[in-house]
Amino acid sequence: MGEKKIRVMVAKPGLDGHDRGARVLSRCFRDAGFEVIYTGCHQTPEQIASAAIQEDVDVVGLSCLSGAHRYLFPAVAKLLKEQGAGDITVVGGGIIPEQDFKLLYDAGLKAIFVPGATLDGIVDWFKTNIKPRD
Amino acid sequence: MERVKKIKSGDVRTASRLIRNLEDGMDEARAMMKHIFPLTGHSHVIGITGSPGAGKSTLVDGLVESFRKKDKTVGVLAVDPTSPFTGGAILGDRIRMQRHAEDPGVFVRSLATRGALGGLAKAVGDAIHIMDVMGKDIVLVETVGTGQQEVDIINHSHTVIVVLIPGMGDEIQAIKAGILEIADIFVINKADREGSSKLRREIMAMLDMAPASAFPAGWRPPILKCDNAFEPVGFTKSLEEMSQTIENHYQHLVKHDLLGSRVHRKAAMELNEAIRCSVLDPVLSALAANGELERMVEQLMKKDTDPYTLAEEIARRYLKTAP
Repeated sequence: MGEKKIRVMVAKPGLDGHDRGARVLSRCFRDAGFEVIYTGCHQTPEQIASAAIQEDVDVVGLSCLSGAHRYLFPAVAKLLKEQGAGDITVVGGGIIPEQDFKLLYDAGLKAIFVPGATLDGIVDWFKTNIKPRD
Repeated sequence: MERVKKIKSGDVRTASRLIRNLEDGMDEARAMMKHIFPLTGHSHVIGITGSPGAGKSTLVDGLVESFRKKDKTVGVLAVDPTSPFTGGAILGDRIRMQRHAEDPGVFVRSLATRGALGGLAKAVGDAIHIMDVMGKDIVLVETVGTGQQEVDIINHSHTVIVVLIPGMGDEIQAIKAGILEIADIFVINKADREGSSKLRREIMAMLDMAPASAFPAGWRPPILKCDNAFEPVGFTKSLEEMSQTIENHYQHLVKHDLLGSRVHRKAAMELNEAIRCSVLDPVLSALAANGELERMVEQLMKKDTDPYTLAEEIARRYLKTAP
């Protein structure tokens, strides 16, 4: 009975108030049939990790346009692991130079979306790679 | 049951997963509720309802703060609507409550309505039980933005708060039935706006015309005003008054032995729901699976038969007691 829905958290860590992209993506995920928890701007990695666990999401999508992704993205991935939630997929997006990709993948991120990524492409990636847990 | 023990010890991960499995309608999760149900009965459940944009999430956030000051642990269930077309949902109530994200005494869980019409989600009743068993002293349930008829919240709460804002309609709106009748406490939010005194008078007039039986053991719903959330001093004061009034209402229920009637109402509703789930849903899905449901709809379109005859036929087939 019932249907397993994908639950996504869209979060903006750090001092970055540019949330248009995060909002557009949230809407897109909704239209793809996902349940999207949006937590607003200026979140600490601790807040994001704790909220992701409380909401039991499958995936956390981090958006950062400020340049602090090298610190903030790995911090979220690390906190999730420490709190026994390493199975929650972490992906990121924003203004991210290619030379930072390796650092982020090494930190546990599963995908990075940069300017030029299409909405359909992002939604497809989620549909292919995120399986709602049982 | 290992997981029940974990939930009893307050484990957020296990609790949130169980809520999710219930939302997804998994049989195993329902079976688990058999072990959760007998352990419930600790929490004071407070429902908060009102129109979209009335300020429910902001008030919930403020109430969490004031309950935490009194050292009470708090669970929050925040419901937002599911899109009827895509089945997706944006759950944004949390935005207003994120400052409590790191407080281990606060557990906030968002739920999507998934087609439920009464202002809540189907899994809310069970989610309340789970937070109760986790040991939360207070469980705050925030409905979707409601209109006039989404009154399911009374079936789940000991105390219902209806949030109103000035400028939403004249006194004709106030004498209508439905959502205004379920309030134990009224809050006029954004009370610094024009029209708040008029709104207060209208609610007073509505309450004056209500029969005495509408006020159990003499509890006439107080009308509180809440100042603009951007004026922190006044806002905090308003919220302290609100949490005190909530506490008074609970004491009133206890003192006059009224808690039982609320628990009775919830139990009756839960039994109803469970019967629907165990009896009606399997019949409907069996009929849908073999295509019979669709064939019946076609018959109705051609006016070959009527829904009443068809329903009687189905009842005869599935119910031993049907005439």
